[in-house]
Amino acid sequence: MRPASMAELAEEIRNAGGPLRVRGGGTRGLGGAPGELLETGGLSGIRLYEPGALTLVVGAGTPLAEVEEALSAEGQRLAFEPMDHRGLLGTSGAPTVGGMAAANVSGPRRVQAGACGDFMLGVRFVDGSGQEVSNGGRVMKNVTGYDLVKLMAGSHGTLGVLTEVSFKVLPTPASVATLVLPGLGLEAAVEAMSRALGSPFDVSGAAHLPSGADGTAQTLVRVEGFSESVAYRSARLSEMFAPLGPVVERDPDLCDALWRRVRDVEPFHGRPGDVWRISCKPSDALAVATRISAEDLLLDWGGGLIWALVPEGTDLRARLAPEGTPRLGGHATVVRGGAGLPVFESEPAPVAALSAGLRKRFDPRGILNPGLMA
Amino acid sequence: MQMPKPDAGILDRKARIVARLREVLPKDAVIDAEAEVRAYECDALTAYRCPPLCAILPASTEEVSAALKVCHEEGVPVVPRGAGTSLAGGSLPTADSVILGVARMNAVLETNYPDRYIRVQTGRTNLSVTGAVEENDFFYAPDPSSQLACAIAGNIAMNSGGAHCLKYGVTTNNLLGVTMVLMDGTVVELGGAHLDSGGLDLLGVVCGSEGQLGVVTEATLRILRKPEGARPVLIAFGSNEVAGECVSDIIKAGVLPVAIEFMDRPCIVACEAFAKAGYPDCEALLIVEVEGSEAEIAEQLGLITQIARRHDPVELREAKDADEAGRIWLGRKSAFGAMGQINDYLCLDGTIPVSELPKVLRRIRELSKDFELEVANVFHAGDGNMHPLILFNANQEGQLALAEGLGAEILKLCVEVGGCLTGEHGVGIEKRDLMSVQYRPADLEAQMAVKDVFDPAWLLNPAKVFPLEASASRREVA
Repeated sequence: MRPASMAELAEEIRNAGGPLRVRGGGTRGLGGAPGELLETGGLSGIRLYEPGALTLVVGAGTPLAEVEEALSAEGQRLAFEPMDHRGLLGTSGAPTVGGMAAANVSGPRRVQAGACGDFMLGVRFVDGSGQEVSNGGRVMKNVTGYDLVKLMAGSHGTLGVLTEVSFKVLPTPASVATLVLPGLGLEAAVEAMSRALGSPFDVSGAAHLPSGADGTAQTLVRVEGFSESVAYRSARLSEMFAPLGPVVERDPDLCDALWRRVRDVEPFHGRPGDVWRISCKPSDALAVATRISAEDLLLDWGGGLIWALVPEGTDLRARLAPEGTPRLGGHATVVRGGAGLPVFESEPAPVAALSAGLRKRFDPRGILNPGLMA
Repeated sequence: MQMPKPDAGILDRKARIVARLREVLPKDAVIDAEAEVRAYECDALTAYRCPPLCAILPASTEEVSAALKVCHEEGVPVVPRGAGTSLAGGSLPTADSVILGVARMNAVLETNYPDRYIRVQTGRTNLSVTGAVEENDFFYAPDPSSQLACAIAGNIAMNSGGAHCLKYGVTTNNLLGVTMVLMDGTVVELGGAHLDSGGLDLLGVVCGSEGQLGVVTEATLRILRKPEGARPVLIAFGSNEVAGECVSDIIKAGVLPVAIEFMDRPCIVACEAFAKAGYPDCEALLIVEVEGSEAEIAEQLGLITQIARRHDPVELREAKDADEAGRIWLGRKSAFGAMGQINDYLCLDGTIPVSELPKVLRRIRELSKDFELEVANVFHAGDGNMHPLILFNANQEGQLALAEGLGAEILKLCVEVGGCLTGEHGVGIEKRDLMSVQYRPADLEAQMAVKDVFDPAWLLNPAKVFPLEASASRREVA
C-alpha cells in the first residue's frame, strides 16, 4: 500500500484485513514484524513554510533531506538534530519526517533544545479504525484540548499513521565551537559534562567518545550562537576546564563531523554486536556503565544517554538489574539486534494498563505495527 | 454558561460522603461547612461561581489516593485545584463535586544540581520552585504572570507558559516526570529524572489535560543555570502593522530573544496612567529582552536595534542599567492591574501565526467598534500568543454576555487565520463550547478516548474542555 492522500490512507486502513507494517523510509528497519507493508512516501511535500514565524508544515512521507534543504536555504534548521540510523543499522533508503516524528528521534542537542516531540506543533493522522484526526496546529503555543501531538511522537505508528506534521524550526546559529577535553575516564567525563551543562554558557551538546581503536577518549562540549558570543563562551569554558587541557575547535565543518560522529553513533558502525541505548540520570551513568560492562560505549546528553555495543544476544536489562539489587533508573531500548528481546522496557502494571488502553482505543483491531511496542 | 445538573443522589448522600472522607483524611483536611466551602466556589474567572459539596486538602500522595478511592466508590466528581488562579474556570466546582486542593503539598523533595532537576510536591508555587534553587544560580523557566501565586499542579494541568517561553519553552518542555493518582486511587509514576523513555509518552498527554486524567501530586522539573545577565530594549512604533513586521524580521534574522512583548495603544495608555513607567506616546510598543554576558547582550541588542531602525521607530530606548530595565518592564508587568482599575475585563489568549498579527489586530479593532467594547492588546508577540483584554462593566446588565460574545468572535478569528483558541490559559469552561470551532467531531472523539482510558467514569474535573453535548453520552453512562 502506498496511499497518495489522507482520505486514501483512511480507506485502506478501514479495509485492511490484517496487520500493517507502517514504514517511512525504512531506515530503522522494523525487524520481522508481520503484516502488509504500508508506505507513506505518497504523503509527501512541504505544505507551508514561514521562516518569519519559525513554522513548517510537511507531509509525513517527505524525505528529511528535502526538509533540511528547504530550511537551510533560509538559514534555519530542525533544532533537535535527528539521528540518521543508516550507518548504524546498515540500512538504505531515505529517512522521512513521519518516521522521525513517530520515533521521536532526537540527537545531541536534545539536552538543551528539547526532543523531536517538543518541536512538533501539530499532527494529522489516521487511527487504526480509519478515522482521520487532527491535533495541535501550526502555532507556537497551543493548549487547546489534550496534547495528542506528544502522544503520537514516539508511538512508532502503533496509535495511528501520521500524514502531516507541523514543526517549530529555529535559526541556524552563525557560529559554533566545540571544546575537546582529551583522555578523560568515564567518571571525570560525566563530571565535566555536568559542570558544562550547569554553567551559564548555554551549552548545546555534551558527549563523550571513549578511547577506541583510533586513539584517546574525547569529551565534547558545544556552544553555538553569534560569533563573538561563541568566542566568549568557549573562552570561559576553556578557563573552567583549564586543568583538563581543552582544545577549542571552531571550524564549522570539523565541529559538524565531530557531532555527527556522536549523533549517528559512528564509532559502532560496521562492528558486530547488538546496540542498545539507555536513558538515565547522568549521575547514574558510571554505575550503569559498570553494570553493563559493554564492549564499547558512547555517552551523549551529558551522560543521560548511553549507547552500548554488546555481544549478540546480551540481555542488557538483566545486567542493569542483577538479582537482589535495585534497578537503576531509566530505560533500556534495543536499537540493533537484541535476539528477540522486547525492543522497549516493560512498564509497571498500572502504566502498562494505560498504554494498552490507549492502544485498544486508537487501534481496536491491533493492526498497526502489532507487537512493536507491546 | 451551562453546567450539568447536579446529581441529586450525591447531594442527598453528602453527610455519608463527608464522613467517609473524614475516615481516610486528617480531621481538618475535610471542609464541609457552608461558609468555608465558599472559598472554593470559583477561581480567577470570577464571573462563574458554584460552591462544591465539600473541599479536601490532602497532604500526601497516599492521602490523595485514599480520598480518590472513596470518591470513586461513591461516584462523586472531583475537581482538582492548584492555587485557583485559572482564568478559564479550570477549577470551577459543580454543586455535586469534591474540590481537591493541593495547597498542603508544597514541599521540595529533592534538588539535584549535577543532573539539573528538582522534585517537588505540586502544591508548591511556581516562583517558589525558583526560590528553592536560586541561591545556587539556578531557576525554573516557565514563568506565567501569576507565578507568585499559581501552583505547579495547575501549571501542569494547563501546560502553562509565560513571557520567557519563546526561548525556554512551556511547562511540557520542562517537565521530566510526575507522580499521579488516577481517579480510582491507583498511583502511577510517569517519566522521571532521566530524559525521554521508550514507551508511549503518557507524561506528554497528561501535561495540559486540565486535571481530567489524574491528580498530579509530585513533579520532577528541569532546572537551568541562570544566564549571566539580561536586558530589555523598548521600541515604539507608529502602527501595529509596522511593529508586527519588526517582530517577524527579528525572528528571521536569527536572533532568539527570551521575550518579545507587544502592547497596543489602549494598553499603553492604561499602563502609563497606572504605573507611570514613562512609556512614549505611540501606537504600538515592543519590549524585547535578550540574555547573556555584557558583550553578548550588546551584540544581540545591536542587531535588534539595527533591524528596528529599518522600521522607522518613534522611539528606541535601551536599558543602560537595572533601574532602567525595571522601568521598561514596569508598565508591561502592571498591565493586568492597570486594566482592572479601569474596568472589569475578560482576558483571552488565542494564538495566531506571527505573520497574521497585523491583520488580526485590525480585525479586533473593527470587532471592538461593532460590539462597542474597548479591547486592549498586550501579548507575547514572538510566539503569536495574543492577550486581548475586553473591557466591560460587570454591574451593567448584559455587558458580560456582550463581552463573551466579542471574545468568541476574536477566538474564532484566531482559528480562522490558522491559530488556536488558547495558547496558555487552557480551555476550562470558558472556551469549552468553542472547541468545535477548532476541532472536528473525530478530533474531539480522539481526545475524549484518552479520557475514557484514564478516567472511565468521567468523574475528574467535570464539564471542562469538551462541549457538553459532545461529552453527554459518556457522562450519562458514567
